[in-house]
Amino acid sequence: MLGRSLLTAKQLSREDIETVLDRASEFAADPSAAGDRHPGKLLALCFFEPSTRTKMSFETAAKRLGGDVIDMGSVESSSVKKGESLADTVRVIEGYADGIVLRHPKQGAAKMAAEHVDVPLVNAGDGAGHHPSQTLLDLYTIRENAGLDDLTIGIMGDLKYGRTVHSLAHALTNFDVRQHFISPQSLKLPRSVRYDLHEAGAHVREHEELEAVLPALDVLYVTRIQRERFPDEDEYQKVAGQYRITPETLDDAKDDVAVMHPLPRVDEISAAIDDTSNATYFDQAHNGVPVRMALLDSLLQTDD
Amino acid sequence: MTDTDTELRVNKIRSGTVIDHVTAGEALHVLAILGIDGTGGETVSLGMNVPSKRLGKKDVVKVESRELSQGELDVLSLIAPDATINIIREYEVVEKNRVTRPAEVVGILQCPNRECITNAGEPVDTDFSVLDDGVRCEYCETIIRDDLTAHIDV
Ligand SMILES: [Zn+2]
Repeated sequence: MLGRSLLTAKQLSREDIETVLDRASEFAADPSAAGDRHPGKLLALCFFEPSTRTKMSFETAAKRLGGDVIDMGSVESSSVKKGESLADTVRVIEGYADGIVLRHPKQGAAKMAAEHVDVPLVNAGDGAGHHPSQTLLDLYTIRENAGLDDLTIGIMGDLKYGRTVHSLAHALTNFDVRQHFISPQSLKLPRSVRYDLHEAGAHVREHEELEAVLPALDVLYVTRIQRERFPDEDEYQKVAGQYRITPETLDDAKDDVAVMHPLPRVDEISAAIDDTSNATYFDQAHNGVPVRMALLDSLLQTDD
Repeated sequence: MTDTDTELRVNKIRSGTVIDHVTAGEALHVLAILGIDGTGGETVSLGMNVPSKRLGKKDVVKVESRELSQGELDVLSLIAPDATINIIREYEVVEKNRVTRPAEVVGILQCPNRECITNAGEPVDTDFSVLDDGVRCEYCETIIRDDLTAHIDV
């Protein structure tokens, strides 16, 4: 299964996904029981872009498996600033660690890095490209809430630059899922993602307004619309307001619609949703550890 | 109009390459792919919108003292899928080949996405897979459908 590295969600088959999610359920049931899985294994955390949450969840996962991590530290304090190439950086780090977790601002960085090393490499986000380990935990959360077949899911927000959206959309083509994409015109899915969804024969619809599809949704996956994407504050406020989820928004939704978000959120989901049974985003974040344990377990296995 | 008439429009060359059956209007792009802008001193003859039995109209490019690399032929095939490549030595056609669409083109096109790792000064060649109606960066997945020649890295 899976292979040496996880670079994009496109490489995940239905079988790969189910294997990882099943394993994740076992780890979730008893996280401290896996301490003898990979004793002494070292995972290098190379985050060229800050992400405390993702980094900590990989770190926790490695330690729960009996391994440990080495951390490149912040970009500001490392040799990256001095102009060393990413290719050289990972070649050096390969000598220290049994696996590499890479977050990088450039699209395609993980693929290029993986071409330069022999140890397993996990893409923990490459610019507006992919974020496949996030997708695995998203799928895990969706499965826990609604199953993964005969499902209608709405994905809303910044679909153009949202790498978690790109990875999730690819992965969902393995299942019997109707995908509805809701975004402002300027933040629609990129051509390449649409191309892949079309190639995969996915059931996909695009909308500018949530209202029309909301009642059909089993899952509403919300992403952040960033201020920087808009020329001025007014323009941003107009768009952002239109895609904000409040308890009133959910009046027309199914009672058990699961509201998800990769976090961090700003104000696209009102805090009033937090205490409802629809709020699924904190569970989603917690699921990161068992899912990443299952992923690392599988990748480090192939290294033996 | 016969092929002999066509020949007469452009001088015969002693040795080099005749690229025939180029999509009408693409001759200058062919030169761009070959990196020919006149400063290299090659003798180049062009026929544009020449009548053709097979294509209706075609362009013809003749380059003296130059044979084409596989990479050049690959990109050529994307903008001129019907092109034939004639290798000329001592005024005779010694080899005649059609271009074929490759599965990928490596190191020829530049990715238009500024956030792509291939534009970040890393030791990596560009790599585009060839789609039915365009090409796609294997690193950032950007699809280029129109005006491929604008992205040729020469
Ligand atoms: Zn690219």
